[in-house]
Amino acid sequence: MAEFLSLQDAVKKHIHDGDTVAMEGFTHLIPFAAGHEIIRQQRRELTLIRMTPDLVYDQMIGAGCASKLIFSWGGNPGVGSLHRLRDAVQQSWPCALELVEHSHAAMANAYEAGAAGLPLAVLRGYIGSDLPKVNDQIKFIECPFTGERLAAIPSIRPDVTVIHAQRADRKGNVLVEGIVGVQKEAVLAAKRSIVTVEEVVDDLGASVNACVIPSWAISAIAVAEKGAAPSYALGYYDRDNAFYKDWDAIGRDRELFQAWLKDNVFENGAA
Amino acid sequence: MTSEFTSSEMMSVTAARALNNDMTCFVGIGLPSEAANLARLTHAPDITLIYESGTLQTKPDVLPLSIGDGELCSSALTTVSVPEMFRYWLQGGHVSVGFLGTAQIDRYANLNTTLIGDYRDPKVRLPGGGGAPEIATNAKEVFITVKHSKRTFVKDIDFITTVGFGRDGKARDNVPNIGRGPTVVITDLCILRPDPQDKELVVTSLHPGVTREQVIEATGWEIRFADSLESTPPPSEQELTVLRDLKARTAAHHAGQ
Repeated sequence: MAEFLSLQDAVKKHIHDGDTVAMEGFTHLIPFAAGHEIIRQQRRELTLIRMTPDLVYDQMIGAGCASKLIFSWGGNPGVGSLHRLRDAVQQSWPCALELVEHSHAAMANAYEAGAAGLPLAVLRGYIGSDLPKVNDQIKFIECPFTGERLAAIPSIRPDVTVIHAQRADRKGNVLVEGIVGVQKEAVLAAKRSIVTVEEVVDDLGASVNACVIPSWAISAIAVAEKGAAPSYALGYYDRDNAFYKDWDAIGRDRELFQAWLKDNVFENGAA
Repeated sequence: MTSEFTSSEMMSVTAARALNNDMTCFVGIGLPSEAANLARLTHAPDITLIYESGTLQTKPDVLPLSIGDGELCSSALTTVSVPEMFRYWLQGGHVSVGFLGTAQIDRYANLNTTLIGDYRDPKVRLPGGGGAPEIATNAKEVFITVKHSKRTFVKDIDFITTVGFGRDGKARDNVPNIGRGPTVVITDLCILRPDPQDKELVVTSLHPGVTREQVIEATGWEIRFADSLESTPPPSEQELTVLRDLKARTAAHHAGQ
């Protein structure tokens, strides 16, 4: 059964230096509050996995939490580059960052394979792309039935997955609604999991086919109101597109970024 | 009589016209999304638009800033998980057109969105592949829209993120279960199509007021022109009005948040 903890205690208990951490949420329900708590607790040498690193990993990378990033699209959606990510790759600031780069299809397949307990994912992918030349985690295999050449990549099995969801009931069952991304797969693929939620309710109000993750498949639940902002939580609040645009200037400059981090993360304790 | 229009508007309108009602289009963010929604709001009201965030058959009122804005989900027929989107809907063969933008394109319509320079020591690090590598091979055909410049249209790209026809034009030959690849590239200057034989991009239509010299000047290789070079029809009043309204709505929406 999921244990209800404060966000601070959940991170302290489940995320350790050197862990492989997946924090998912495809544009929607990005676990920013948890990311900020990881920054405050100054976790180091993390291998971070996320299809779209987004601002949350830009902030964590800039704060020095990560030594490796496994990803498939590293931009600020609709705005431009992630400058902290770029600075880490191009100038090793604040520390060097190793990249393992995939396509979205490959990562989505790898999460699903992880959830299914398989060692690898197989897809019709990477045909003609140079990505296999720079990522030794991409191989090709022959279908034993048809002889077709298919791409194979290792499944994703994180030490810990962190997601944000709309709500949990008092037993710790979680409802995810809207763009559900790879959240369920990421939780089931991981050894441990933390789910932050907007609120805890008596009744989830889930329809029969809703995306519900049972309490017994989750390690810890922490309430984090507005925990996905500046991304959004369908039914609760909208995406703060203006902040995503503002981030371009903040992230571009090391000093502006550090000032932002101090004011908005370090001096802003966990809920 | 057509009013004044910009080259960007010319590009969006032309890209929109490439789409029709019968298509199921997997839409990239940015220029493709603008063109696809313009098509839906003008001549192709029943076109099926799919975004990689899992939103199937979506009808956004404003253009999304990200690939997963709430607007896409609320206005969709249904929203599926991202693995389902890539495995069943894209790889399963349900997408007729993949509509992509890019940072760089070469003469065989290969796309680079990964980096400029050497992979281990990049001059400029770009966002990466996202959905494009598999959209380009699993969709039945691919449309590309991108602004025309020498920085963008290069003879050989540093990195093939997403295959067009490979470095020799033959990457799709004898590959089973692969789409036809890029069939049209729409820029702010012209329309290009791959030569049926060697797959090199050839200019097939010039936008109004654009000269051959301008295209030559904005292309990083010796660009070829079709024997029967056409002239792209200018935007209609209706196309311009719908496009401008859409962009104004979008700007107001994103500024107001």
